[in-house]
Amino acid sequence: MNNTFAKRPVLSRSLPFALTACALLAGCATPSKPLYQWESYQPQVYEYFKGQASVEQVTILERDLQKIRATGSKPPPGYHAQLGMLYASLGKDEQVVQEFQTEKELFPESSTYMDFLMRKFKK
Amino acid sequence: MLEKILKSFVCLSVVILAAGCAAPVKQLDYTAFKQSRPKTILILPPLNESPDVKATYSMLSQMSYPLAEAGYYVLPVALVDETLKQNGMTLAADSHGIAPAKLQEIFGADAALYVTVNKYGSVYMVLSSAVVVTANAKLVDLKTGTVLWSGTASASSDEGNNSGGGLIGALVTAAVNQIVNNVTDKGFTIAGVTSQRLLSAHQPNGILYGPHSPKYGTD
Repeated sequence: MNNTFAKRPVLSRSLPFALTACALLAGCATPSKPLYQWESYQPQVYEYFKGQASVEQVTILERDLQKIRATGSKPPPGYHAQLGMLYASLGKDEQVVQEFQTEKELFPESSTYMDFLMRKFKK
Repeated sequence: MLEKILKSFVCLSVVILAAGCAAPVKQLDYTAFKQSRPKTILILPPLNESPDVKATYSMLSQMSYPLAEAGYYVLPVALVDETLKQNGMTLAADSHGIAPAKLQEIFGADAALYVTVNKYGSVYMVLSSAVVVTANAKLVDLKTGTVLWSGTASASSDEGNNSGGGLIGALVTAAVNQIVNNVTDKGFTIAGVTSQRLLSAHQPNGILYGPHSPKYGTD
């Protein structure tokens, strides 16, 4: 009885649906290019919180910075400031000011806080 | 018979997919947000309602990503925490009590993000255990004290397994597998997923794009 219906190929019916589904999904996830190259900034911040500043954290962040520069991308907000803080706790005074200055140049809106930190640091 | 089942399966999956896309949610009022148009965001150390002491700093470490990628300048979270501690604010709750004007004076931020972690850690179920991180947040204008936006989000390590999450589920699975292979703790990874769901732009009731985004002003 249902034979005529059953004989129709499944694909011709389901294909439009499948295509719609794909279109819908594509609309869902439009992955745009990230603004920054993050590398291990956030995990390294977490490492800092879990313990204290270490030479290893500086090494990893400096190494990642080379990768970021090599691709011509920008490090995220806070990256150079974090490095500055790590250098401060390791007693590398020259690098501290340099990193805070770089943060300021990349993100001028950080000036108020970076200036505040540099004033504190120079005291 | 088989064909009928197949057909209805295809139709049903389309409906499910579409439903997953556009969940009908109440539209948030963005009037104050659009008036304020903050450029810089100060994330304060989150309050922790969970029994796990790692919650505050795990979450704090993960929240720069979505906000910066949305186009905001996010103040360096570890440095901010140091500054707060040096000024006697050793607990997250202390920093949440500072007057907005004072925060603006020191940090030069336009808005501050106040976060509470509601759940952090293992939830035991019948056959498995999952790591769940749930948090809520509000963005406050530091000049006026006005709440510009608020939201809540949750993520679980178990989401990928029941495949209900579609694409997002797949992403969670990927994220979880990543740390299974690494040595870091699971909570930190799930906190990352929670942070992105909580603080990404371009989603229903999400935050608006900030000035560093090419899409600034389009939402």
